[in-house]
Amino acid sequence: MSIAVKGGLVIDQTGERVADVVVDDGRIVAVGPDLSGEEVLDASGYVVAPGFVDLHTHLRQPGAEESETIESGGWAAVRGGFSAVVAMPNTNPPIDCAAVVQEVLALGGKAPCDVYSSGAITVGRKGDQLAPIAEMAALGVRLFTDDGNGVQEAGLMRRAMEYAAGLGVVLAQHCEVDSLAAGGHMHEGEWSSRLGIPGVPAEAEELMVMRDIALSRFTGAPVHFQHLSTRGSIAMVRAARQAGVEVTAEAATHHFTLTDDSCASYDPVFKVNPPLRPADDRDAVREGLADGAVDAIATDHAPHTMDAKERPFDQAPPGMLGLETALALALTELNLPVAEVVGLLSWRPATIAGLKGVHGGPIAPDAPANLCVFDPQEEWTINPDDTASRSRNNPYAGRTVRGRVRHTIVGGQAVLVDQEMRP
Amino acid sequence: MKHLLSINDLGAEGIDEVCRLADHFTEVSQRPIPKVPALRGKTVAMLFYEDSTRTRLSFEVAARRLSADVMGFSVSASSVNKGESVRDTVATVSAMGPDAIVVRHRSAGVPQQTAAWTHASVINAGDGWHEHPTQALLDCYTIRDRLGSVAGRRIVILGDIKHSRVARSCVMAFTSLGAKVTLVAPPTLLPPAVDSWPVDISFSLDAVLSDCDVVYGLRVQSERQSEALLPSLREYTAQWGLTVDRANRLPAGALVMHPGPVNRGVEIAPEVLDQPNATLNEQVRHGVAVRMAVLYLLLAADPDLRPEGEAA
Repeated sequence: MSIAVKGGLVIDQTGERVADVVVDDGRIVAVGPDLSGEEVLDASGYVVAPGFVDLHTHLRQPGAEESETIESGGWAAVRGGFSAVVAMPNTNPPIDCAAVVQEVLALGGKAPCDVYSSGAITVGRKGDQLAPIAEMAALGVRLFTDDGNGVQEAGLMRRAMEYAAGLGVVLAQHCEVDSLAAGGHMHEGEWSSRLGIPGVPAEAEELMVMRDIALSRFTGAPVHFQHLSTRGSIAMVRAARQAGVEVTAEAATHHFTLTDDSCASYDPVFKVNPPLRPADDRDAVREGLADGAVDAIATDHAPHTMDAKERPFDQAPPGMLGLETALALALTELNLPVAEVVGLLSWRPATIAGLKGVHGGPIAPDAPANLCVFDPQEEWTINPDDTASRSRNNPYAGRTVRGRVRHTIVGGQAVLVDQEMRP
Repeated sequence: MKHLLSINDLGAEGIDEVCRLADHFTEVSQRPIPKVPALRGKTVAMLFYEDSTRTRLSFEVAARRLSADVMGFSVSASSVNKGESVRDTVATVSAMGPDAIVVRHRSAGVPQQTAAWTHASVINAGDGWHEHPTQALLDCYTIRDRLGSVAGRRIVILGDIKHSRVARSCVMAFTSLGAKVTLVAPPTLLPPAVDSWPVDISFSLDAVLSDCDVVYGLRVQSERQSEALLPSLREYTAQWGLTVDRANRLPAGALVMHPGPVNRGVEIAPEVLDQPNATLNEQVRHGVAVRMAVLYLLLAADPDLRPEGEAA
């Protein structure tokens, strides 16, 4: 069935123009004035963008289906305008071999968005022995990470980078030096000092960013930095790019929105890793997104059950939801032109994920029909219970934001229409 | 005031009020029958997730001297060991209708979380490295009793500040009352960003000894060695221990305080503990009167219970 998205401002990497977009049989078939289709989706006053791509999604399956499934997380994704997500490997069992990749991809078939699997760099994400990267790459895995853990051993990281570069895949690092971060539960600074919560210093992240920039320069292999959270990290990445080192970086929504003083409530909904930082680091993340030092916005969507998030702060797991709020927070908090926000959420992460040409545009005839239509002006108040996720660990309860996804089209199917999910 | 989670809940005026009430309850405690009916019919639940001798006993004695009923909750014998969550335990205890819950937990913030899950008043009896407000109150009371006031006093807090809930509460209490506080410790035992605290810092006990009114020692634990925070307890004692020699250099009348339990011979020499300016037993004794004051303030001073027309 053909669908005509009518009257919106079409924004993709090539620019912006008011046009109708018609999709049929999984592809965009026409872009222009006065087009029609069997179903018509109103987009007047809205932006028609490439479907968003999340480089950093915890779908919790296999192993923690009580907090999320690939299907429920997929619905949260399309409610947030995402047509593709990259599933992180810290599942149980971890995604560290072909069998688990296949399971994730098979379960992804039930999700309304495209689900791509990442793969672990090391067996069991334990940092001891290389995982079968080629075996997973053969199944289409493009991004490898031990996310949740940084690869601690410099020698092992060097070999992993060399090995991955030969396969044309990218390593993504969760930068955190364990010996500095161990036992910490929030950013180490004035607030951790007052609250008596053991801290994680910014340097725990920055030391590994520094090391991996050096390793990238040394090996010539690209490296992607996940959820950068400190001014120092972003400054190093900016300088490395200017020096021609092949590094890319993402920033998580919460790191440009929230600060460590939120932890004064002792509510573990504000516990996340890397931790919320002081305002100066938050501002540096915003600057990095504005000047291109940081390539992409990632959600680090990390569902946890209520029980887990009601433990004492130092016993609760880190992580917060993010898929359904990322666009609105970016539009509200970043003060960037809408087209730049769209780029940070779509074509730029699509490039890093190796999905160029499939996700992230362009919105042109014959391109795959992955679209997000959003109202850039609608104001709404975030309600944790209004979610497709199985979890409720949303740190933005009660916050009023601007910008709301109206329709999401994945592979030519309208899976979200006027915010209603269409199973 | 509904809860006592932090010294900040009281402020200088609140601390003064607790001290004034404690004067009264000290007098009560000296009566042949040291008991008043102020909280008759009230129930105080003890929710201690962490070992405690003096604090728990002190709260129990305080509650009983006010004629409140005490509901003990022994963690080792409870369903906590069967994996019950704090929230469920709080709900269970709350369902029995206590008017106050006294909480101690090894994790910072549990009293604050507890307050959100119960209708009872919550009293923080020590949470992780965060706070131990009633300890700071009894320390203020002890200094006031011995030296007349806390304001203007030069107080040295000595030892493992970083891991100490007592230090956090005491710093806030002493400084809000107008004392000048100096923290003395090796840099590894100071909290991060300590320059944001309203205190002076010294790494040398010898440099500050002759110029203070109170030395407040904190417990230093042997596990700080394995965490590479200290080379050895022997080195700690040599540099930062309150030895007999150092105690002799204190100004006349300067107090030696400690929240207990003492690591004898590590942070303070045993002989120093026996000197008349050491206040450890007084601190414990005052703890009962101060906790009576806190319980009274939270549970009896509800304006609604006063006769009509009387000011709150």
